[in-house]
Amino acid sequence: MAFGPHLLLAVLEGLVSSAVLALTALGLSLVFGVMRIVNVAHGEFFMLGAVFAWWFSTMVAGDPALGFLLALVLAPLVVGAIALVAERLVLRRLNYDPEATIVATIGMLYIFEQLALMFYGPEARAVPAPFDFRITLPWFGYSAYKLAIIAASILVMLATWFVLTRTRIGLVMRATQYDRETAQAFGIPVDRVYAGVFALGAMLAAIAAVLIVPIQQAHYLMGTDPLLLSFIVVIIGGLGSLRGTVVAAVLIGLSDGIIAVFFSPTLAKMLATLFVALVLVFRPQGLFGTTAR
Amino acid sequence: MMTELLKVEGLTASYGSVQVLRDISLELGRSEVLCLLGRNGAGKTTLLKTIMGLVRATSGSVALEGAELTKLPAHEVPRHGVAYVPQGRRLFAELSVAENIEIGLMTRGKGGETRDAVLDLFPVLRERLNQRSGTLSGGEQQMLAMARALAIEPKVLLLDEPTEGLMPSAIARIRETVAAMRERGVSTLLVEQRVDAVLPVADRVAFIENGRSVKTIGVAELREDPAMVRRYVGVG
Repeated sequence: MAFGPHLLLAVLEGLVSSAVLALTALGLSLVFGVMRIVNVAHGEFFMLGAVFAWWFSTMVAGDPALGFLLALVLAPLVVGAIALVAERLVLRRLNYDPEATIVATIGMLYIFEQLALMFYGPEARAVPAPFDFRITLPWFGYSAYKLAIIAASILVMLATWFVLTRTRIGLVMRATQYDRETAQAFGIPVDRVYAGVFALGAMLAAIAAVLIVPIQQAHYLMGTDPLLLSFIVVIIGGLGSLRGTVVAAVLIGLSDGIIAVFFSPTLAKMLATLFVALVLVFRPQGLFGTTAR
Repeated sequence: MMTELLKVEGLTASYGSVQVLRDISLELGRSEVLCLLGRNGAGKTTLLKTIMGLVRATSGSVALEGAELTKLPAHEVPRHGVAYVPQGRRLFAELSVAENIEIGLMTRGKGGETRDAVLDLFPVLRERLNQRSGTLSGGEQQMLAMARALAIEPKVLLLDEPTEGLMPSAIARIRETVAAMRERGVSTLLVEQRVDAVLPVADRVAFIENGRSVKTIGVAELREDPAMVRRYVGVG
């Protein structure tokens, strides 16, 4: 294959990982932005999303599109409900203390991982893609489903942006983010907002996982990589900044795709981590973040 | 004959092991402006926060028209008609002027009518509805903090040093608003450091010392004996 088409392929692959990464990182960023909680278990919500996607998709026989659709609707809801329970049982009792919740979410990470191992097992299983149409380009054929992932991710992000900036729920979330105490003085039930935001963050990770599971198999250890990459994205973009998260996800996803295709995946990870170090040294608030109040 | 609207009785509160309010009691009548005067650290701000439920009372009671407030979760207190203008204004700085007022309106489900009434009180804000509130001038920020609080159509207004760091014209504006609210039957609990800022608006003055209310007197009485201010507040 000539260089041009090869690059195009790398860019497309990069955009697919960007799309999934942006959704996952958005969830992490939202939880940190509003609740000031560093959720180390975020990758496990991604993993649970994939595992439940497999489970739901096997419940329907026949057309794979039906099973996938069922998974796309139900898996994020189940994961959101699990996050809600975790929030009530653990984070709320710690009074959302920034340090204690880090340790607590590390514990949650292992609990979710081991539960998945016990009930789902060590196998890696794929969910059939809802359609396997291939778009024929002059140089190679490309999976239409992968392009659909990009489109779906853009849609979900637009919806999130709309909710945050154009609705009352979004206004309440932003008010809570900027001043928790004053928000309470204006009738905002801060603990309910927190519960909702935590569930929403987990659901975004679960949606990302459902989208990726037809090309990347569900496995009980699959949460580690998205967690690391989400942290990288969120640090580069600026914690709590929606725009920064999207830009950084595209940046990291693309460079990951291109460098992995032309050089090696390890080099891609090394460069991303180096970039994080540079951002932390020279612009600790992130590319689009504002300095902490 | 005065009927009390807000009654604070034997209220105690602390931050960790530091007791800040010690058995404080006071009464706020209908359409009354009661000013709390006291040194820094006397517990004035903590008293307002405890009434709002933001600091939990360890004992004692706060009753609004007979309904107990200290047992409520903090976000329920404003829904009973208590509005709070915190020290330093505490606007949602990243949000626009309109959004800050919207949050006030949402507290008790008030609509466009209240919004118009509030904006009529502070016409400056109407010209800046889409501006980020953090970029307003100090006086405008204070007006927005007042507007946000009045948007809940309160029965009681708690003001914590509303004139701090403002120019005389802005101070006059705040004072006029407090007086206008009294005309409409809203009572105000006003925390101030400077006695000259409160004499024109207050009906009564309560001196706070070490978390206790040591004396409550009418403004006329205070005018006759200004030495009292020096005794309780230090520098008058």
